[in-house]
Amino acid sequence: MLETLQLYFSYPFVRYAFVVGILIALCSALLGVTLVLKRFSFIGDGLSHVAFGGIAIASVMNLSNQMILVLPITVVAAIILLRTGQNTKIKGDAAVAMISVGALALGYMLMNVFSVSTNVSGDVCSTLFGSTSILTIKGFEVWLCVALSAVVLVVFILFYNKLFSVTFDESFAKAVGTKTDHYNLLIAVLIAVVIVLAMNLVGSLLISALVIFPALSAMRLFKSFFSVTVCAAIFSVVCAAAGLIISILAGTPVGATIVTVDMVGFAIFSVIGKIR
Amino acid sequence: MAEIKVENLALGYEGDALVENLNFEINSGEYLCIVGENGSGKSTLMRTLLGLQKPMAGNIVFGDDLDSTQIGYLPQQTLVQKDFPASVYEIVLSGFQGSMGLRPFYSHKEKKEASDALERLGITQLKHRCYRELSGGQQQRVLLARALCATKRILLLDEPVSGLDPSAQTEMYQIIRRLNLEGVTIIMISHDVHASLHFASHILHMGSQIFFGTTEEFEESPIGSHYLLKEKKTLGGGHICDLDRVAKIKVKEGK
Ligand SMILES: Nc1ncnc2c1ncn2[C@@H]1O[C@H](COP(=O)(O)OP(=O)(O)OP(=O)(O)O)[C@@H](O)[C@H]1O
Ligand SMILES: [Mg+2]
Repeated sequence: MLETLQLYFSYPFVRYAFVVGILIALCSALLGVTLVLKRFSFIGDGLSHVAFGGIAIASVMNLSNQMILVLPITVVAAIILLRTGQNTKIKGDAAVAMISVGALALGYMLMNVFSVSTNVSGDVCSTLFGSTSILTIKGFEVWLCVALSAVVLVVFILFYNKLFSVTFDESFAKAVGTKTDHYNLLIAVLIAVVIVLAMNLVGSLLISALVIFPALSAMRLFKSFFSVTVCAAIFSVVCAAAGLIISILAGTPVGATIVTVDMVGFAIFSVIGKIR
Repeated sequence: MAEIKVENLALGYEGDALVENLNFEINSGEYLCIVGENGSGKSTLMRTLLGLQKPMAGNIVFGDDLDSTQIGYLPQQTLVQKDFPASVYEIVLSGFQGSMGLRPFYSHKEKKEASDALERLGITQLKHRCYRELSGGQQQRVLLARALCATKRILLLDEPVSGLDPSAQTEMYQIIRRLNLEGVTIIMISHDVHASLHFASHILHMGSQIFFGTTEEFEESPIGSHYLLKEKKTLGGGHICDLDRVAKIKVKEGK
């Protein structure tokens, strides 16, 4: 078993994949806390479908580097979703549902009609659920992932206190002069970046799991914003590492394995939370 | 020049005006109490002053370089989600956000001030407790501590003593009074007309009849005497909360 791991880790691309996977897990957990508490998780879900549509367009256009196209599309969609969610009181989530289902349908259609690949359903499946073996991103995309994760991390740390105040009580924050609209926008953009990143790891349908499970698990055990944030980050990193290793050893699909480990972690945390 | 001047203000929701032609002004260092029946638009007025909603008509003019970062606010209700993880200390510190601009972390001075605010409100022992597990009155104190951290010039309070026990009410009035003596302008919504008359320099009465003037003018006005009469009947002039003890600060601090 150890030998298999050793063999795998002797390949640089596996090591890169591991590092990238862990960074992505870290970023999505950190933002996940804000997302869940701000009741923005529906936006995350909608965006992952938009990102799928973006990938479909990119693959039809035969771009070698899909992220370059998918990232701006998702960021724009995040801003639009945030605006519609705020302006219309009731129809916010309906608008999200519309955009996300629309993007999904459009993406699938594009891939079917225009694809040059012989294995369309295989392509669709790996976009939706992540690649079947360890991450397939390489070269430039690895560095782009690392750089983007680093940016997300730094921005999160620098704006941590502001994100707390905007999340806890937005009207108070606004009343005392915090630029809440700017921070909401910042959150939306960060979410979009994290989602595009996370797509590489678990595929577009499973992203929400990466965002939601760590936050919800940490909230079972901890009661201050800081401890929840730290716990969610550790939880997510541990689960992602475990999931990656299991998927190497057992040959299971990466995304699904990580999410399964997340679910097990959540169950354990819930039980501990109940017992205490 | 007035800190806040309200001119022909109309308040309301979705095209229906609650109040029209509201005019009043408040100068630096004054203590304004807003009284009136439930649903008369007091909270709405406060939210409008804070810029949380748009007036339907009229103007709100702020005095010299007064901006929202110098305002402290205690909302009537804070709808915090049931499962929100936040410690008391984190919440109180967040009061400084408005004045921090883009600076990312709290300074030592701010941390000390936050601890002082907790001390002042007698909730130091709750510092690391989870907010959602506190009682209503304890939560109220936490939010007041946060408002104290936010304020430099003006403090807007929406029913600050509701839900507090009598001795906590006395303390709360004491704290507000002391802040006022230190030069902070106070705008407070209250159903406790008796206490309002005791401390406020000005009264704004909202409802079917609108009145604005000094406390003395209010006592002599028809609405004011109506209230005083009711007060005598129901409470027999007595009051649960020890207002005289609060008023003594005035003498002690020599103002
Ligand atoms: N978000 C809202 N949308 C529509 N109408 C509202 C909204 N908030 C309040 N109102 C209405 O505006 C009126 C005034 O409400 P407001 O909260 O300002 O009263 P208040 O004077 O603060 O009362 P109380 O003493 O009970 O706190 C009420 O009739 C209420 O139904
Ligand atoms: Mg009210």
